[in-house]
Amino acid sequence: MEDTDLIVMWGSNAREAHPIFFHHVLKALNNGARMFAVDPRRTSSARWADVWLGIDVGSDIALSNTLAREIIHAGLHHREFITHATTGFDEYAESVEPWTLQRGEEVTGVPRDAIRQLAHEYGGAPTAQLCWTLGITEHHNATDNVLALINLALLTGHVGRYGSGLVPLRGQNNVQGGGDMGALPNRLPCFHDVADAELRGKFEEVWGCSIPGEPGKHISLMHEAMDAGELRALYVIGENPLQSEADARAMQRRLSGLDFMVVQDLFLTATAELADVVLPAAGWGEVDGTFTSSERRVQRVRKAIDPPGDARDDIEWISLVARALGHDWPTPSAEEVWNEVRSLSWMHEGMTYERLDEHGGLQWPCPSVDHPGTLFLHGRLWEEDTGPKARFSVVEWFPPVDALSAEFPLRLTTGRRLDSYNTGVQSGRYPSPRRIHGVLDLSPEDAGEIGVAEGETVKVVSRRGSLEAPVRIDRSLRPGLAFMAVHFPDDTDVNQLTIDAWDPKSGTAEFKATAVRIESQVGAPTGSVRRGQGHRSGHT
Amino acid sequence: MTMLEEPITIVSARVDGADVELPAGSTVLEACREAGADLPTLCYGPTMTAANACRVCMVEVEGSRTLVPSCSRKLDEGMEIWTGSERAVHSRRLVMELLASASELDRAGPDLERWMGEARARPGRFGPPEPATPRVPPDPGHHHPPNTFAASVAEPPKIEDELYVRDYSRCILCYRCVDACGVEHQNTFAIAVAGRGFDARISTEFDVTLPESACVYCGNCIAVCPTGALAGRIEWDMRGQGTWDESSQEVTRTVCSYCGVGCNLDLHVQEGRIVSVTSPHDHDVTLGNLCIKGRFGWMYVDSGRGV
Repeated sequence: MEDTDLIVMWGSNAREAHPIFFHHVLKALNNGARMFAVDPRRTSSARWADVWLGIDVGSDIALSNTLAREIIHAGLHHREFITHATTGFDEYAESVEPWTLQRGEEVTGVPRDAIRQLAHEYGGAPTAQLCWTLGITEHHNATDNVLALINLALLTGHVGRYGSGLVPLRGQNNVQGGGDMGALPNRLPCFHDVADAELRGKFEEVWGCSIPGEPGKHISLMHEAMDAGELRALYVIGENPLQSEADARAMQRRLSGLDFMVVQDLFLTATAELADVVLPAAGWGEVDGTFTSSERRVQRVRKAIDPPGDARDDIEWISLVARALGHDWPTPSAEEVWNEVRSLSWMHEGMTYERLDEHGGLQWPCPSVDHPGTLFLHGRLWEEDTGPKARFSVVEWFPPVDALSAEFPLRLTTGRRLDSYNTGVQSGRYPSPRRIHGVLDLSPEDAGEIGVAEGETVKVVSRRGSLEAPVRIDRSLRPGLAFMAVHFPDDTDVNQLTIDAWDPKSGTAEFKATAVRIESQVGAPTGSVRRGQGHRSGHT
Repeated sequence: MTMLEEPITIVSARVDGADVELPAGSTVLEACREAGADLPTLCYGPTMTAANACRVCMVEVEGSRTLVPSCSRKLDEGMEIWTGSERAVHSRRLVMELLASASELDRAGPDLERWMGEARARPGRFGPPEPATPRVPPDPGHHHPPNTFAASVAEPPKIEDELYVRDYSRCILCYRCVDACGVEHQNTFAIAVAGRGFDARISTEFDVTLPESACVYCGNCIAVCPTGALAGRIEWDMRGQGTWDESSQEVTRTVCSYCGVGCNLDLHVQEGRIVSVTSPHDHDVTLGNLCIKGRFGWMYVDSGRGV
């Protein structure tokens, strides 16, 4: 990151959500790198950018396709790389052809000059990093959004080289590790497809059981199964879905309607309050194991203190539950579990605990004990034998599901603040002097139009629910855009408002785009903002 | 894809008559330590550009008219370095005496204690330190009347929130906090040096309290402070109560439980409780830096768990 020439932060407020990653961005900027920020808000990250593209929520594919057309028309696409390492370029080029700068500006709200500048600098930079976070993935078309960004990297050859790549910043300590371990409905550890009988057989042999060949359900499908009465019991480990999932009222109905729910957590969360059985878990600082970071770096986590009271390690609880169900499971140590992973997942095979200690973590793939780990992926695309070529994806833009209307004219988006994290179960328990409790952030223009001052309580209404919150004036917002943090569900539960429309490819819900109206005096539907998005220009 | 590393050039020099060889770009300090010389340092930090502020690491280099700050001077081929010459030892002793007479250095760690002992530094010879009173800028053009106290930077500690304490009675103006908050690491620029001469001190903008300032409570200033002028509130309170016992603390390395960057944390545990969290300076993800969640957000572990 430090040695790159250009950084694009797209739907990522890393300055607050990934502050130490942003240190590396700052090193690059201090070394002379250029930075573009693509974000509906002019966040504390965007303030470091040379150019901020204030994009309308949910128009990322429109922007990406417009950038692609401009790069191609300017002849800045990497012809040799495209020919050598990719497929599907012609079809892709044809698909972006309608996306003129003018159409791009109309759909995204970003002035055409700014789009043109990003296209030319990204296309022309010797090396460039394209980074994104939940601003890209918490949409009904999350996977298409990601594919649209991958297209840009393939178009310009900004992938698989030192200083050039695609950088998805994982929001949680071990969400990468969870995926690597097969905590996905259609995957086994090492991303092996459950439909592949041969690979499945390898695991069946070690585990001594048969593994279903059909994918399981991701969380959004589980919600549907609960609604249909097919899913009747739930075992929740270290999650607070009552408050973290979109459309909280629907979640309340689903979880309350179950026959049986077990929650295993550090705290008696709002979800745990609804459970039939609560298993007290030992947590961070109290258990051994590994976390895998955004850069695929597996690092050891260690027990430093004893857990309180009856709290037990998750491994022990799972073994105890299995034994209670009549299976003869031992209680392995974290290292024994890890060594089983190494025996089944080739990309982790070289990562003994000893080597993880010695190297301060190793990045997968690391297939043997003399392998140094892998700094970046996809370098093969530049080698003579590329292996399977990278495919361009034709992606169409569709607006957010929760459409703006006369009744719901304001776009509400959600995110994190520096000192807080998710539903606040952990981060709510230290005395941060920087805490901004549950508020509704409004642009000065919208606050003026509604006639509310900072600190005044308003009612926020969406098609699904409503809440009351004090107003905070935030100059980083453009007119038509409001913002709420996700951290304070006990005071201002933003998921009363959000929509549980979800991406059919990833199952992720559209947390980032809710249509709302603001009622200035609580209870009285007066003074709502009429301005929508997509009719302005000139905000760079 | 493999990167071609630049070839490493070796530089030869002599320290106190002994031959040393180090990679080009090494400092005189590194050469001295390689040769086994126990040179004092205060403002020097391995992850930061040398501030050249404290002057306790001065050595004699043949051919150089003045003494040389070893932390920042690059090693040249054939350099002849003397760490124990009378002039160098005298200089280091006087600098440590002046610093220790003006600032409270009893939390600067065992290294400084040893260095001062070896140099036979006697800071008390300038008189007892001034009592801690709020500092007021001097009247321009007027000198303080002479008194029996050694001039000092003593002032009451600033305790303005639940996370930090700033005790500038312990500050030697080494600039490490300013550099860590600024361009070296955090780029927040919440603090700088205000005032001139003996009135210089570390200050927020317009001397506002820390919660009112631009500070983001990453604690990266605490991490580099060599004298304990900046401290976490838990450590400060425990030291005040006489319960802080570093020798009994166990340090366990782990990874932060919040975002996906993978910052390494060292948990300092005393009597079964986490009392402080730092990050290793030699890990290339953090270089010793953390954010507010990493440095302070762990307290949920110890918050009377409800389950």
